Amino acid sequence: MAGIVGYGAYIPRNRIRVADIAKTWGADAPSYERGLLLKEKSVPSPDQDTITMSVEALRNALQRAKIDAQKIGALYIGSESHPYAVKPSGTVVAEAINAIPDCHCADYEFACKAGSESMFVALSLVEAGQVEYAVGIGADTSQGAPGDALEYSAAAGAAAFIMGKTNVLAEAVVTYSYMSDTPDFWRREHEFYPRHAGRFTGEPAYFSHTIGATKGILEKAGMKVSDFKHVVFHQPNGKFPLRVGKMLGFTPEQLEVGLLTPTLGNTYSAASPLGLTAVLDIAEPGDQILMVSYGSGAGSDAFIWKVTDKITAVQNAAVKTRTLLDENKVYIDYGTYAKYRGKIRMNDNN
Amino acid sequence: MAIPNYWRSIPQRYRYEAAKCTGCGKIFFPPRIVCDECASRSFETINLSRYGKIVTFTVIRIAPSQFVDQAPYPIGIVELNDGIKICTQIADCNPDDLKIGMPVRLEFRKISQDGTPGIIQYGYKAVPVK
Repeated sequence: MAGIVGYGAYIPRNRIRVADIAKTWGADAPSYERGLLLKEKSVPSPDQDTITMSVEALRNALQRAKIDAQKIGALYIGSESHPYAVKPSGTVVAEAINAIPDCHCADYEFACKAGSESMFVALSLVEAGQVEYAVGIGADTSQGAPGDALEYSAAAGAAAFIMGKTNVLAEAVVTYSYMSDTPDFWRREHEFYPRHAGRFTGEPAYFSHTIGATKGILEKAGMKVSDFKHVVFHQPNGKFPLRVGKMLGFTPEQLEVGLLTPTLGNTYSAASPLGLTAVLDIAEPGDQILMVSYGSGAGSDAFIWKVTDKITAVQNAAVKTRTLLDENKVYIDYGTYAKYRGKIRMNDNN
Repeated sequence: MAIPNYWRSIPQRYRYEAAKCTGCGKIFFPPRIVCDECASRSFETINLSRYGKIVTFTVIRIAPSQFVDQAPYPIGIVELNDGIKICTQIADCNPDDLKIGMPVRLEFRKISQDGTPGIIQYGYKAVPVK
């Protein structure tokens, strides 16, 4: 059975506290922290973007997979912050790991669901026997307009998965996708910051699609919520995944390991994929994991993974996600954050 | 840097590809056509280690226009575990915390970009290993 043969994460070192963003805009920090269940978020350095983070996450995945990168026949990156409007991110990443030239490559975009899209297609190609190994990456250096609610959560990170059929760490038991045309969040061509429809992003968007995908995959698999040791939902803030989990009957313990947002922020395309890497870091053979992404526009991809006995040998083969999240952090102030994120208007010669 | 020049150096910038002389074993980074040790023209391609240590460094405080958002930043000479010394920016650090001999790892980073409409050039930077 096809599944994940290698996984890796990358999170930039910089953090900014929600309280420091709120202070800049005269907002009430405790209400934002409580409302979003969010204390701080990751911030990329000026020399980091979706491509650089994808390379580092994939290098970590290769350390676990221990495969020859030349055997990777497809590489996909899902992101809403590809550095180029026209020129693929994937070619740079494929060059960096030496997966060129016998490789199919594409960049995906579907708001926060782009990462799980890339995983879905990579897995499907392996299942179909088209390629021996395929890579799916979710990565973002997401932006929120200054002072907008999104600015408190928009963060940066990447997660990479190598799909294959031999030495599988987590088998893909079943997949399911659920979507509709729901315009809850968007960014038009040439616009710098995304727009959103406020509270409309909740019930008809995130909750409707996440619940639809979860119920759909459980029915397709003939499984129930108690069959899972861990569940990972898309996590635009700390509150939504906990609430949708409760609505579906999951316990807080099932969500705990994969819920990174309170100290990471919303890494968009990398959000649920990064949650999955944190779960795989501590998973035990036989554990069943449910992962449900959500991307505005809107849709959810759902996966059921079954962990194999190969997992324990590779968990320490690369840096763990919790280590990246909890250690070696550097806190920056709002001015430094604004400079790093290109929010300060400069003269043309700069 | 001109695009063709950058493109030609991608194997070194992205994958740290070096040439190892099959005659005497000397490693060249970037690769050369003739070994200056034994005059051999036969080389095998190897990938240098991503790990090494800081040999020396200086801190750039008045940066060129492309790098003002990163100043102050250290530039140093790093000796990789293969014995090869490279000149590179040292990222993700407080310059005051750097020390000669400090272990570092090469990470994939943006090096420069040709303004906002031009290409982005990627490569390696050293990051202290905790």
